[in-house]
Amino acid sequence: MLQLSPAPHITSPKNIKKIMYGVVGALIPVLMGSIYFFGWRALFLCSLSVLSAIFTEWIFQRVTNRDIRCLDGSAIITGILVAFNIPVNSPWWLPVVGSFFAVFIVKQLFGGLGYNIFNPALAGRAFLVASWPSLMTGNWTPPINGTLSGIPVLDGMTQATPLSLLIMKPNLNVIQSLNSPTMIKTLFIGNTGGCIGETSALLLLIGALFLFIMGYADWRISLSYIGSIFVITGIFYFLGVTPVNPVFHIFSGGVMLGGLFMATDMVTSPVTLKGRWIFGICGGILCVILRLWAGYPEGVSYSILIMNMFVPLLDRLQVRIFGR
Amino acid sequence: MQLLTFKGGVHPKYRKELAKDSPIKKIEPPEFIYLPLTQHTGIPSKPIIEKKDEVEVGMKIAESNGKLSVPLHSSVAGVYMGLVNWPHPLGGRKEAMKIKLDPQRTFEWKEEERDVDLFSEDQIIEIVKEAGIVGMGGAAFPTYFKMKVPPDKKIKDLIINGAECEPYLTADHRLILERAEDIFKGVEILKRVLNPERVWIAIEDNKMDAIDRIKEFSSSYPWANITIHETKYPQGSEKQLIQSITGKEVPEGGLPFDVGAYVQNVGTVIAIYEAVCYSKPLYERVVTVTGPVRDPSNFLVPIGTPFEYLIEASGGVFGGTMQIINGGPMMGIAQVYPEVPVIKGTTGILVQNEKETLEREVSPCIRCASCVDVCPMYLMPTEIYKFIELEDFEKAKELGVLSCMECGGCGYVCPSYIPLPQHFKYAKAELMKEKK
Repeated sequence: MLQLSPAPHITSPKNIKKIMYGVVGALIPVLMGSIYFFGWRALFLCSLSVLSAIFTEWIFQRVTNRDIRCLDGSAIITGILVAFNIPVNSPWWLPVVGSFFAVFIVKQLFGGLGYNIFNPALAGRAFLVASWPSLMTGNWTPPINGTLSGIPVLDGMTQATPLSLLIMKPNLNVIQSLNSPTMIKTLFIGNTGGCIGETSALLLLIGALFLFIMGYADWRISLSYIGSIFVITGIFYFLGVTPVNPVFHIFSGGVMLGGLFMATDMVTSPVTLKGRWIFGICGGILCVILRLWAGYPEGVSYSILIMNMFVPLLDRLQVRIFGR
Repeated sequence: MQLLTFKGGVHPKYRKELAKDSPIKKIEPPEFIYLPLTQHTGIPSKPIIEKKDEVEVGMKIAESNGKLSVPLHSSVAGVYMGLVNWPHPLGGRKEAMKIKLDPQRTFEWKEEERDVDLFSEDQIIEIVKEAGIVGMGGAAFPTYFKMKVPPDKKIKDLIINGAECEPYLTADHRLILERAEDIFKGVEILKRVLNPERVWIAIEDNKMDAIDRIKEFSSSYPWANITIHETKYPQGSEKQLIQSITGKEVPEGGLPFDVGAYVQNVGTVIAIYEAVCYSKPLYERVVTVTGPVRDPSNFLVPIGTPFEYLIEASGGVFGGTMQIINGGPMMGIAQVYPEVPVIKGTTGILVQNEKETLEREVSPCIRCASCVDVCPMYLMPTEIYKFIELEDFEKAKELGVLSCMECGGCGYVCPSYIPLPQHFKYAKAELMKEKK
């Protein structure tokens, strides 16, 4: 019996599972780093988060009579990223609720894989920040072998990560330490306070490099997002609008995690090259505005979520059709 | 060495090594030949002989049936058995003329060489039409019709297509190696008719031996320019070839002569040469039989030879036949019946065994945009596909679905295994219906 499949009869080696598990693999070094910096609780919360994401997806697909594809890897990514976006001494239910919200409301209710408008993990984080702000933004613990702020001595400012120091109107000494090469080095390595998976720029860059080489993420989005933050904060630093240098800005907070792993989410970013550049640059501009002038110290998640909303519009920027 | 190329495209595994070193071998005709009246784009031809009539090789057995139609010639000597409803390589069943071979009457085409200069341009076009020549690169568009360039269009670039970008296939490669001089002679005829400013012979850089072979003739035919192209699919597509050489884009809905270009496949050029200089009609062609067959080959076969006969002649399939494809893996059509015959546009027969046949479980589109990145027509396959799913063909048209040439690049890269080209084929057919 001859089989009849439509052309083409060969396919490229890339498939959904490889892409999804490739992203999971790229997140593993970051997870290992966070275990090293914050202890086993990082792994514990991450596992809970992943299990919650998979279980939510399974239940939903079961109840709604859809194909069960909860192990295609996308729910695992969402679970890991939700955990990466919370502080390490959060209660156990925080990542569970975050992943549930991300998968159930943000992903499945919008149609499941490929149809969600917002990055599920980021929307999950936004939900947690809005619901339990003190747990999400005021509940920091220092890394095992370091200090919370990455600076040795700080009067009355022990409860702050490097980034949150910024909106506390720091004195000149603090600003000097924030701009010091030691600070940059600490931020690059990741031995400082912050959410579970956001502190180590180095490990995030290693993971992202793998994604770029494999073609599982588009470097243009990361470059335009992080690059525009760097350039704008650089100009503002020069003009005296922000007291800290642009290197501090891109290595602190969630810029690396967001710019490398969240903004590049295929489902919620534009499909054209032009659209991706605009997406990244506008996201970067928004992030700087939110960081410098909004109530929260961080602007990464909202900047990407806002840009997610513009994706359908950006997709209309079709490149000119051949010969048209 | 500067490689020419176009924007977009994919790099599949070419697997040309399977058949590229196998010289063209003339095959003994099978007992029965099936010549579908639909051999080409346009109107099918009309039989002009009666059942039980004796036929000779090259004898006209069906005539052109109006505009965009060419005659059909018998590819063997034997007896006409009448019209049968026979499987067609482009799908379904269609009327075919069945001929029983007379093994006693073996045959070699022997005609005196004719001097091309004896003919006017119009006579040459008429000869090409009467010889039943159609584009042999796969599209099977009647060549005489293409040669009749409107008087207000001037051909600047005559491009001879030896790119053969479709993976696995090696028929054109062998033709260049073995019949390079005939190609030049054919081009001289085309030059007479079209009077181009420049002549280009385009070959991909995975066929360096073919490039060297062509270069050997550069002193005898100094007007020919050889262009070497990056090996990338679909380099051999007409529009992409014109773009890589001239930098011009054929306008949407337009034809190559709108940008002063004319493209002809090397096989067609040889057919033109044989028709004009040796009065030989198109009744045989080179077909690559490849894939997991014991002896991948390039056969010179009588048109109408059943696929199964050729697969048998290449030693049969190992690993269990799962799919028989008319053409290559990117654009080829999977066949229902192994007895389907070779037609004028059959470039190759690709077999896939159990291991190679794709088991595809389609997943949702994750908007990875790989299809957008590779589309050589700069379309957004993922967006068009979503509108086709909603049956919004007008929107699909607006997004350029009619420009899709079904090269298969998007379907090849799609990590969700969505058969995108099939959706576009469907949408184009629906839009055609609406037009009517």
